[in-house]
Order: sequence, then C-alpha cells, then structure tokens
Amino acid sequence: MNNNLKKINVYAIYLGALILILPLIAFFINAFSFRWFYPQIIPKELSLQAWVRLKLIPKPGQRSIEGFLDLWTSNPAVIKALMNSLTIGILVTIVSIIIALPAARVLGLLNFRFKKLIIFIMVSPTILPPIAFVLGLNINFISLGFSGSFFGVCLVHLVPIMPYVVLTMTGIFANYNPDFEHQARTLGANKTRTFFLITLPAIAPGMVVAALFAFLVSWSQYLLTFLIGAGKVMTLPLLVFSTASSGNPALTAAISIIFIFPAILILFFTSKFVSGESGATSGFGKI
Amino acid sequence: MSDLKIINLVKNFVGMDRPAVNNVNLKINSGELVAFLGPSGCGKTTILKMITGLFAPDNGDIVLDNKSLLPIPTENRGVVMVFQNYLLFPYMNVNENVGFALKMKGIDKNVIEKKVREMLDLVKLPDIGFRKPKQLSGGQQQRVALARALIASPRLLLLDEPLSNLDAHLRDEMRDLIVTIQKKLNVTTIFVTHDQEEAVLLADKIALIFDGELQNYTSPKNYYEQPKNIKAAKFFGGVNFIKSKKINNEFISDIGKINYVGENINDLNDEINITIRPENIKLSKTNDFDHNSFKGNIKSIIFSGTHTRYKIIINNLELECSLQSLGIKNINQGDEIFVHLPKDKIWGMND
Ligand SMILES: Nc1ncnc2c1ncn2[C@@H]1O[C@H](COP(=O)(O)OP(=O)(O)OP(=O)(O)O)[C@@H](O)[C@H]1O
Ligand SMILES: [Mg+2]
Repeated sequence: MNNNLKKINVYAIYLGALILILPLIAFFINAFSFRWFYPQIIPKELSLQAWVRLKLIPKPGQRSIEGFLDLWTSNPAVIKALMNSLTIGILVTIVSIIIALPAARVLGLLNFRFKKLIIFIMVSPTILPPIAFVLGLNINFISLGFSGSFFGVCLVHLVPIMPYVVLTMTGIFANYNPDFEHQARTLGANKTRTFFLITLPAIAPGMVVAALFAFLVSWSQYLLTFLIGAGKVMTLPLLVFSTASSGNPALTAAISIIFIFPAILILFFTSKFVSGESGATSGFGKI
Repeated sequence: MSDLKIINLVKNFVGMDRPAVNNVNLKINSGELVAFLGPSGCGKTTILKMITGLFAPDNGDIVLDNKSLLPIPTENRGVVMVFQNYLLFPYMNVNENVGFALKMKGIDKNVIEKKVREMLDLVKLPDIGFRKPKQLSGGQQQRVALARALIASPRLLLLDEPLSNLDAHLRDEMRDLIVTIQKKLNVTTIFVTHDQEEAVLLADKIALIFDGELQNYTSPKNYYEQPKNIKAAKFFGGVNFIKSKKINNEFISDIGKINYVGENINDLNDEINITIRPENIKLSKTNDFDHNSFKGNIKSIIFSGTHTRYKIIINNLELECSLQSLGIKNINQGDEIFVHLPKDKIWGMND
C-alpha cells in the first residue's frame, strides 16, 4: 500500500472513532448541564442537579466523604440497579463458561455425526427474537416459581448468552492440541494440575473474550429481565428506560453514563484479547 | 530394573475394519533400546499411548517390573513419552519446561534448578534456560523435550518418531545423542520410527509391526540373516526367495536340491521359502563349489559404484547377487554362470 493511501486510511479511522465518540461527549455535557435546549451550542449553566436527583452526589453543603458514604449506603435506586446488574452479569458469565467448557471441548476436538446440526440448534436463540421464546418460557418460569426472582433472571440471561460462549470457546478448542495435556500427565501432573497448568493458560485468552461477550449481553439485557423479573428485579437497563421515558434529558444522560461506564472499562482492559493480534480467538495452535 | 512385558495387547477403534493393535506380545529387558518399526498407521503410537495410559487396551496387559500398569493413573506410571512434535509448553521457558516433572513431585526449588542445569548440559544446551520454546530451532526443541523427559529418571522412556521432523545431518547428530544418553542413564527405551535404517543403527532389538500385528521381534542383524517371514525379509531389503518342499529332511526346489543346516530346521513346515542376502551369494564361471551350486544365466549387470549387481535366471527363478566393486571380469549378459548359496548363509521361513 502506498503511503498516501495509508494516511487516508488512518484518518478515516480517526473520523470513524470521532463519530462514535461524539454522542458520548454530548451525553457528558448533558449530564452536567442545566436546561440545555436547542439552539444553544453549549449549555448556559453547568449543574450537578441530575446527579443529585439520582442520589449519587449529595446536596450542596453535604459534599464531604461522610456525606457521600451516607448517601450511597442509603442504597439509592441507581446503586441498587447497578449492583443487581453487576451481580447478575458476573454470575451468569461464570456459570455460562463453566457449562460451555466441556461442550466446547467436545465440539472443538471431536468429529461426529450431526455435529453441524447440533451447533445450528445451539446458535438458534441468537436468530430467534427473544420475545418469541420468552413468552413461552415465562409460563414455565411462573409455574416453577422462578418468575420475579433474581434466580429466574439469571437463568433467562443464560439463553441468549450460551450460544456466544459455546461458539467462541469451540473456536479455541478447534485449534487446541490435547496432546499437551497428555504430555503433562506423563510428566507426573495429575488431572487437576494439568487443567490449571496446561489447559487453562492455553484457553484463557479465548475465555476472556467469551466472558466479555457473556457479560455485555447480560449487561444490556432489557426485555428478558423486564418480563421474567416482573418488575421485581431492577437492573440498570430497566432504570435507564424508565428514566428516559420520564423525559428529563440530563437525568437520562447521567444514568446512561452509569450504564455504559462499566462496559467501556471492561472493553478497555480486554481489547488486546479481542484484536486480531492475540491468539485468543484462534486457540492454542498459533501461540 | 524395569522389564516391560506386553501381553496379548489389543486395541480397536470405531471406524476401522481391523484392530489398530492386534494381539501384540513382546518383552523388553531393563536398559534395552527397542525400536518399533513399521509403516504409517500400523499402530506404533497407539501402543505407546496404551503404555502411558492415554488409551485403555481392549484386551491384554502391560506389565512393568512384574506389576500391571493398567490400574495405575498415567502420572504415577513412571513412563514418560516424548511426542512426535515435542510439545514444549509454550508459555513456560526452557528451565520451567525441563523442571516440570520435578515440580510435580514437589521437589525443592534449588534442587530443581541444579538438576535442570545438569540435564541441559547432558543434551548439550547449557545457555538457553530463559528462552521460550518458540525461540528455539527444531533440533533444540527436540533436546529440551528429551531433557524434560529424562529429568525425573523415568522407569520407561517412550520416543515417538523423535527424529522425523529434523533435517538429515541433525538427525544423525540427534540419533547419536539419544543412544549415548540412553546407554549412560541405562533407561529402558522404546523408540518409534518408520525408517528401517534408523532402527538398525540405533536399536538393540527391533519390533517390526504391520497392520497392528507384530511380525518379527529380534536384533537388527537377524533381520538380515534370519528373518521370521517374507514380509520382514522384504522390509529389510531381502529380494531372493526360493520356494522349497521338505521331503525326507531334504529341501527340494525348482532349482534343485538345497543343502540346509539352519538352526531352525526342526521348526520348519513342509513348504517353506528359503532366502539369502544378495551379498552372500557367490558366483563363478567354473563350478568350483562343493554344495548348493546351481547353473544359471546372467540376465542383467548393473554397476553401482561400490557394488555390481547381477540378476541371474536359474530355471525360471530370478536371483539377485551383489559383488563388491567391479565383480567378475569378462562376463556379459546371457553368459552361463555357477551360483553358490553357502549353506551357512541361507535361511528358511515358514511364511
Ligand atoms: N484416537 C483415534 N481414534 C480413531 N482411530 C485412531 C485413533 N488413533 C489412531 N487411530 C487409527 O489407528 C491406526 C494406528 O494409528 P497410529 O497412530 O498408532 O499409527 P502409527 O503407526 O503411529 O502411524 P504414524 O507413523 O503415521 O504415526 C490408524 O489407522 C489410525 O487412523
Ligand atoms: Mg505415530
């Protein structure tokens, strides 16, 4: 590629990034402004009012460390939803990976009849609209008593998550050489140590990617939480929606920042695994 | 002491119409270096994997020092395998790779460090301890794999085609290194190869395997002079086979009566094949031999530098004979010649 073309490409990427970031900047300004309306280019007045209303920042005059602590431990709705989202996300991620591990190993390493069909059936929840299966599921969940429970929400989050996790991990195992494990065994490592010393380091990068998918899918889940949680399990997406429908832009922007911040943080720390440079998505073979 | 006995070993795989390993019996004495020789797919690796415990045999037993290995988990068998492609653990450096087996035994760090240095010296790679496997050449990886296998003094060392990924001159060097170390440590070793020359150069005994069946198990020399069957003889370059019938303790063939004194004479059936190496046949223009002398005609003469090869037809039977350097002077295609098969060089086989 010649140099000019290279430069143009780089600029194009910067431009793309800017377009992606612009709404975020608008969010930020909105969240810290007071009555910012069209056609003003910048808000007339900056304010923490939205944050105060969300009970994340104390009222003026109480902004000491104790003030913050008092406010946060009084468990405002946002913090509660944040904690719910985090716990559900982490729990569901861990469970999905533990379930996917043996399945992905078999699918990645062995060849057998109907393998493609099985993979297709497993992936099908991703192409099915959630509303299609959740209505049916809801009846079962109600009769089992899972409806409106934390457990039920976790369970239903697994439905859209599992295909991503199993598929990502199958990819790792497709390039994985199980002889490494056997080599370790003949050198005196028992099954447990072989898993932690040999298998885990080999699949870890891919597992990070799978975990990232799992967490983000759970994190942004609205419909399933709404229907199965029956309003009793409040997560951040639910709070974002209900706030947005109340029509206060500053409030909506503030809560949206709370919503996207963890996702950005996670992406930031895992991006090196997702980029093409890592062996994560190609398994052990390339390391 | 580590004697290995393989008894009636059988392994079947789904989708194969014959057993991958079919009723193999053999015994390896302590300290011996035995080569498993055979074409690709004959079951060599499968046998090794059963000895290490990756596969469970469908039948038979594997006994090390009079104790069956089968109920023992892989990590406690004291059997180390070096795989065809070395399999150095990629995120560990050379020192960590080599010290792995000792670490598994919970041995003190300083002791491991010292032992690792010793092993790396032994394989002549003293200065690469902190490198990662992918920073090593193929030959270096092979040596590290060997050091890693030997560090915990295994009772049995299994090498699966350790030389097949190396180029020719490196192969000679590694082969010598393996033999030297094996003799020095006196570790009972099985070496898998499909290269007959490699097996001969290296092994105390060779187990020849075709299609999952053990064909012959004996010293390299015997494959040339006293093979067990035609298949074994052919694999080692045997070309002369004379069909013979045993009648009243005499062997009658198409070329006439053959005087046979081989030590296996009492084990031979009524119909056998007699074989002789091309280099053991003697030729002369005049009949100056006192036994097993047959008159034939020269079909072709090929000079190959160090040897001259003759093809000779005796009564429709073609024999190949190889003489050193220029062979016999003044002899041409079609000439009559006397062929001598010395009775101490011919060998009879039942099948
Ligand atoms: N895990 C397995 N499942 C099914 N068939 C297998 C398996 N492992 C080996 N086989 C089959 O068993 C036969 C013997 O294989 P093996 O690997 O022992 O051959 P080998 O003698 O080591 O050959 P090579 O010289 O190519 O390494 C082959 O036909 C192979 O396809
Ligand atoms: Mg093999």
